[in-house]
This record gives sequence, structure tokens and C-alpha cells, in this order.
Amino acid sequence: MGDALIEVRDLTYVYHPDTPQAVRALDGLSCSIRAGEFVGVVGGNGSGKSTFARHLNALLLPTAGEVRVGGLDTRDRAVTWEVRRRVGMVFQNPDNQLVAAVVEEDVAFGPENLGLPPAEIRRRVDEALEAVGLAELRRRAPHQLSGGQKQRVAIAGVLAMRPACIVLDEATTMLDPQGRAEVLATVEALNRRDGITVVLISHAMDDLVAADRVLALDAGRLVADGPPAEVFERVDATPGGRLDAPPVVRLARELRQAGLRLPPGLLTVEALADAIADALGGGAAHA
Amino acid sequence: MPEPLLACHDVAYTYRRGTPMAAEALRGVTLGVAAGELLGLIGPTGSGKSTLIQHFNGLLRPSRGRVVVAGQDLWAPRADRRAARRLVGLLFQFAESQLFEETVRRDVGYGPRALGLEADEVEARVDEALRQVGLDPARFGGRSPFALSGGEMRRVALAGVLAMRPQVLVLDEPTAGLDPRARAELLDHIRALHARGLTVVLVTHNMDEVALLARRVVVLHAGQVAADGAPRAVFAREDDLRAWGLGLPQAAALVRRLRSRGVRVGDALTFAEARRAILAAAREAPRGDR
Repeated sequence: MGDALIEVRDLTYVYHPDTPQAVRALDGLSCSIRAGEFVGVVGGNGSGKSTFARHLNALLLPTAGEVRVGGLDTRDRAVTWEVRRRVGMVFQNPDNQLVAAVVEEDVAFGPENLGLPPAEIRRRVDEALEAVGLAELRRRAPHQLSGGQKQRVAIAGVLAMRPACIVLDEATTMLDPQGRAEVLATVEALNRRDGITVVLISHAMDDLVAADRVLALDAGRLVADGPPAEVFERVDATPGGRLDAPPVVRLARELRQAGLRLPPGLLTVEALADAIADALGGGAAHA
Repeated sequence: MPEPLLACHDVAYTYRRGTPMAAEALRGVTLGVAAGELLGLIGPTGSGKSTLIQHFNGLLRPSRGRVVVAGQDLWAPRADRRAARRLVGLLFQFAESQLFEETVRRDVGYGPRALGLEADEVEARVDEALRQVGLDPARFGGRSPFALSGGEMRRVALAGVLAMRPQVLVLDEPTAGLDPRARAELLDHIRALHARGLTVVLVTHNMDEVALLARRVVVLHAGQVAADGAPRAVFAREDDLRAWGLGLPQAAALVRRLRSRGVRVGDALTFAEARRAILAAAREAPRGDR
């Protein structure tokens, strides 16, 4: 594991401060994200997870506390653009993020704004589209793409800026199952293959099973921080919370309570099925 | 089969018709929805779901074919499209983004006021609609819709549709973007609305929700009906579903994998069914060392 890429210390953020509508969205949150990590952030509506995401690339600035990206303090206006280059964001709605009429022009948008020479832009666009598996669709119009493909173009646009970290804020929420799987596989590959730090924000814990670590937010506070299995099982054991464990985790708990011997840490349908098959001695096939 | 409340006959629709950019979104959809049904409409992005449901209440005019609501052909000469439109309430994706009034009460009452109803009638409808989505009118009516949680805002938008007293409720991805708790609450309200007699068409990407709620599943693929039947029958076609860019409900995938591992286990589409099936299999397992 590398050094801390992002340091968040006592981060508090208040929307509409000093008005009757003031809302404390983040309340003294501290965490650090190391270079190369794949971090999931989970929380219910209103938990502050999107507010947190927007602090990671200076779209929002702390009301109190601080956020540092590679040592740069996001409150320092002189470094805003460098912070945004290092930490790229992909948002929820695939239809609001693409600006150009052709896929490769969209990916080139960021590098062009950096004033890079055309040959360098070309190279970056090609590499970015290759990395998300859309090289063949480079000449397509965005409206001809599926939701999952649009989100992958948005990811390519971020990659073309050569970021250290990609933050995906509910980027799978509006996709169909295939699009969601495409985006998750793309993100996982960027992390494992290319070493890009990933912060994946979702209220679907199922999206986060591949993460190294999951941060759970509730009412603007960090309520759990650990490997996915640990966090999900802790959430499952806390009734009445705003978070729900994934159905697979809940079913595993119910089966254990009914007497089945299942190991801990079952997060996927496949892992649960295999553990049940083992617990039942392979069923008829082994009888 | 009773006369369907809502029917599409060979409906085709082409965006940007007559231009080089023409795109055929629907290619002859025939589909009937009977009164009292709870139908799940699924399909990958771009399959034509959103285009199809905009035909249900006459927002789009088919390039070919007919749309019939309560016996009325929407595009026949002199058809009363406004009356037909009122029978079919459409909740769009992320409908809370269309809330605009200063209070919840005014927002939900917008449609009934636009109908020219008496103030008393408007208020009565607003109260009823808010209660149907689990929002106490006394507590929420005077609040700004923008001060509510995401799940509450979504339910205010739904109340606005219900205040028009539709007979068919068409919900386009009603739970998208909601957290698990808000999602479960909304599904409960949808179930209750159906139990009170409303016909419901649920458009969703979430196979687990379809398995939980729908009595009938229609799969749209490339602008055509690719499958139409009971959830059990449609979700038995795993290879087809994958080819269409869809998947199985998680519980069905679990059962399938268990069987591939030699465990004899009954069918399940929901986690509750899976739990029962697995515990039944465990009781019958050959060895007692579980």
C-alpha cells in the first residue's frame, strides 16, 4: 500500500450556514485514502456521502477541518485546478456529462483545455478509450451509446487527465444491470491493473464487494471503516439503522441463525451458494 | 381475458423520422394491460421502455399502430385524449426534480387545480394522495418539498400523480437513486396502491423488485416484446435474459448455483422464498452434520 493520497481531517460542511435552513451534512469526519486503494463509500440518502465526494476534488470546500490531496490543501484557490486534475469525478446521470458530438472529442475535452499539443491529446484519448474498452466506438455519437457505455466515456474523459484518483458518485445508480456490471468491471480493472485510486460511492452495498475497504457514513459521520465483509456484517447487526446490509449478507445471517454452518464474510451470491453447498455436504451429488 | 384497460396494437415509433438521424425505438409492440394487473416492464437501456410508456397516455403519437385506453383509441379523430390521459398517471424517472411549488400541499394540488376542480375537492384529493404515500398531510403539507429527504420528495411527486385519480399508474424506475430503506418504503406503498385496485405498470432495471412485486413480466428488447409471462416463466429463461442484457433476480441466481453444485433445492425468485427452499433442502440433506 502506498502513502496517503487524500487526507481528510475533522471535515465539517454546513449547507446554507447562518440561516434557518442550515444543514450540517458532514460532522467532523476524518479518514485517509492511500494511493492505489479501492475505497467504497456507503450511506443512505442524506448521510453526507455525496457531500464528502465533492470535497475530494474541491467542488465543495470545508466549513471546518481540511482536505488534502497529495499534500495540497483544497481551500487554497491557487491549487484548485491541480486538485481537480488529480482527482476526477464521474457523476450519476450518464446523460448530463458528455458535452461533445463524438465520443473521442468528448474524451479530448479535458486535455484540450490543458493546452496540450495535438499529438499528446491524441495519445491520451486513445489510451483512455482503450483502458475503458471503447476504442471501437470512438467515432460514435454519445446518444448512440448505452448508459453503461456513456459512463465509461465519462470515465475515459477523466482518465485523459491522468488523474491519481477517480471518484464515482452514484455512477451506477441509473444504469441497467449490464451497464452497472460494465462500469464496475472497468473501475476494478483501472484500480488493479493501472493502480489508479478509486473512491466508489453508492448506497448499494452490492456495488462495493470488490473494494479493499468500505467507509460507512450516517448523518455526516463515519460509522464504520474496514474490509467490506466486516462493515456489511456490522451494519447487518445494527437494526434500525439507515443502512441495510446487502440481501446476501442478511440471508447468510438468517441461515446461520437457523443452524446452518456458514463461514463469515459471504458477500456474493456465488460465495453464499458455495458455502451452503459445502454445509449441506454437496447434497445429492455426494450422497 | 377481459377487455384490457390499456392496449397497444402493433405500435411503432421512430425518433427524428424522415431525417438521416432517424432511430426506430419501437418496432411493433402489441401489449394489453388488464384492470388490476401489476405488471413489471423490463429491458436494457435503449430497449424502448421509456418511449413505450409515453405512448400509454398520449405523450407520444405512434408512427404506426394504435393505443387504446379504456376502449378509446387515443389517436382516432375526435378522441378525447385529455380524458384518456387522466386515466393513466405517469411517474417519470427522478420525478422529484419536477417539484416546484413552495409547499408540498400546493405541489400535490397542482394537477387537480389545473383541472379546474373546486378548492374543497382539491384539498380532499391532496389529503388522500399524501396519505396514500405515507405522508401525514398535517405534518408535511406546509413544508417546502425541497426540505425533504430524497425518498420523501419522490413520494410527494407520486402523490401529485395520484391526486389526478388515475386508474393506471405507470412508474418509470421509481426507486432509482433511493437508499435501501426508502426503496423498501416506496415498494410497500406501491403494493398497497395495487391492493386497493390500482393497475400498476412498474418499469425497472431491478430484477429483484420485479420478482418481489410483479404478477406478470414483459421484456422489451430492441423495441419489441421479447417475453411476456409469469415471473417464474420469464426468469427461467436465463440465457435469453443474459443475451438481452438483463440478469436474474439474485435469489434465482443463488438457487441456480446451488443446483449446479448438486444441492436439490426448490424454485425461488425472492430471498424469502430462497430461505424457505434452502432450509427445506437442509432438512432433507443426507448427512446430519450441518
